[in-house]
Amino acid sequence: MGKETEEIIMAGFGGQGILFLGKVLAETGMMTGQNVSWIPAYGPEMRGGTANCSVVISKHEIASPIVTEPDTLIAMNIPSVAKFIDKIRKGGTLIYNSSLIDQKEFRSDIRVCGIPANQLAAEAGSDKTANVVMAGAYARFSDMMNFDAFLKAFPNLVPGKKKDLLEINLAALKKGYDCANSAH
Amino acid sequence: MAEKVLMKGNEAIGEAAVRAGCRYYFGYPITPQSELPAYLAKRLPEVEGVFVQAESEVAAINMVYGAGSAGARVMTSSSSPGVSLKQEGISYIAGAEIPCLLVNVVRGGPGLGNIAPAQSDYWQATRGGGHGDYRTLVLAPNSVQEMADMTVAGFEFADRFRNPVLLLSDGVLGQMMEPVSLPDPIDYDVDSKKWGLGYQGKDKNERNLCTSIFLDVDELEEHNWHLYQKYQVMTDLFSKGEYKDFAVEEHLCDDAEIILVGYGIISRILKTVVEKCRKRGIKAGLIRPKVLWPFPSQVFERLQQTTSNFLVVEMSCGQMVEDVKLAVNGKKPVYFFGRTGGTIPSDFEILNEVDKIVRPD
Repeated sequence: MGKETEEIIMAGFGGQGILFLGKVLAETGMMTGQNVSWIPAYGPEMRGGTANCSVVISKHEIASPIVTEPDTLIAMNIPSVAKFIDKIRKGGTLIYNSSLIDQKEFRSDIRVCGIPANQLAAEAGSDKTANVVMAGAYARFSDMMNFDAFLKAFPNLVPGKKKDLLEINLAALKKGYDCANSAH
Repeated sequence: MAEKVLMKGNEAIGEAAVRAGCRYYFGYPITPQSELPAYLAKRLPEVEGVFVQAESEVAAINMVYGAGSAGARVMTSSSSPGVSLKQEGISYIAGAEIPCLLVNVVRGGPGLGNIAPAQSDYWQATRGGGHGDYRTLVLAPNSVQEMADMTVAGFEFADRFRNPVLLLSDGVLGQMMEPVSLPDPIDYDVDSKKWGLGYQGKDKNERNLCTSIFLDVDELEEHNWHLYQKYQVMTDLFSKGEYKDFAVEEHLCDDAEIILVGYGIISRILKTVVEKCRKRGIKAGLIRPKVLWPFPSQVFERLQQTTSNFLVVEMSCGQMVEDVKLAVNGKKPVYFFGRTGGTIPSDFEILNEVDKIVRPD
């Protein structure tokens, strides 16, 4: 039996596009006909502060959208690992940005995947797409949304006129997916 | 059904208001509801509406009073400290019987508090809030879909009862995104309100007057009893009349040994707790008031006969619990669990409270 609900927390510096990363997951979930919720941790911080966001994707009505024990943590920087690593459900997944996180050893009861997100983003054509690289990596681990669904959802997420931007994003998405694929 | 779009709760209120025929918004920004005025600042000019960021909350609520008196569908929104500032105007609006929609996206208080989600404005919302003997109809959505649906319903109730309607939300519901299917737009006719100052059908010498001043004591007493009668009609309609199903959601209560009670975002967490309880063999149920005033007491009067305990959970030190106690009237124990200051209780800690009640050993 496949999974029926996926709960994800993503976290990083303000400015790393954490909320947008959550929106990519939520939009893809919605486009594939599933129930979704997206909650930002909103605070007085701006650029340089910390940001995190909780997303739930479910085949059922979402009762509580508050994520206390995520299936997956997507960590974009070191403080995010420290803050959320203990909350990951046993048997869950950590996807971390190995461009900014040196650490190699984490919990032994979770699956771990390092993605050099900043480096892959630069290769895709824009440093700013490290968040999208991570979305691509998530597609590799999701049981409910395949890579194709992400590709299809993306045009809704990037405003119409910016076609070159869409291409860079799709390239970033693919790099993240391929990287996660070759690692696992 | 319309195609679903992913929207923030605050934005869903804005779009639903426009579709319900609201063309006037007056407000002053405050976190965590600023996406709502931001959305309407962009959206209202597209439909020849008026958006004014007023110089203060006091100014904004009095602009609402003016537009509402003219017969327009009008709204304002704020978060806790801003809503406190608006109370004088809300009292005037209730006294003058002007329909309008008020939105409070509640944050932590008292005072300036913080910007995190809270439910500590329940008393202010359900007891009138300002001075004088009056009530506002209070709606409590628990999803982005309901933020939209209750906005439309709110305008309709406001017009029907000539009364301000308050949408009581919180920081989570305002900030979160969920898929929402938006209501179809309606054409609202300002001239549909024959009492309105803008009503064009009256005779040349006829004047409409909207006021809350009654200097003669007999006149004011008569007016207050008239308002009271209206509130009784509303109470009847929401407790046993045509809106009784709208007023409350019951979930697995029939065989429940413990019934959890919560509104807004808390009710969603409680639904998860009920699921977890049932898996562990605890017969738990949920009552979710969707209308906070008039309070759905009748449901508690009925269910206290079959259940053994009530546990009220709120993001406050305990406010709605008083209404539950009044409704249960001492016949069954009513327990309370709350977190405050912007903290959201987790399903685990609520489950722990349930255990303490039903499995005390």
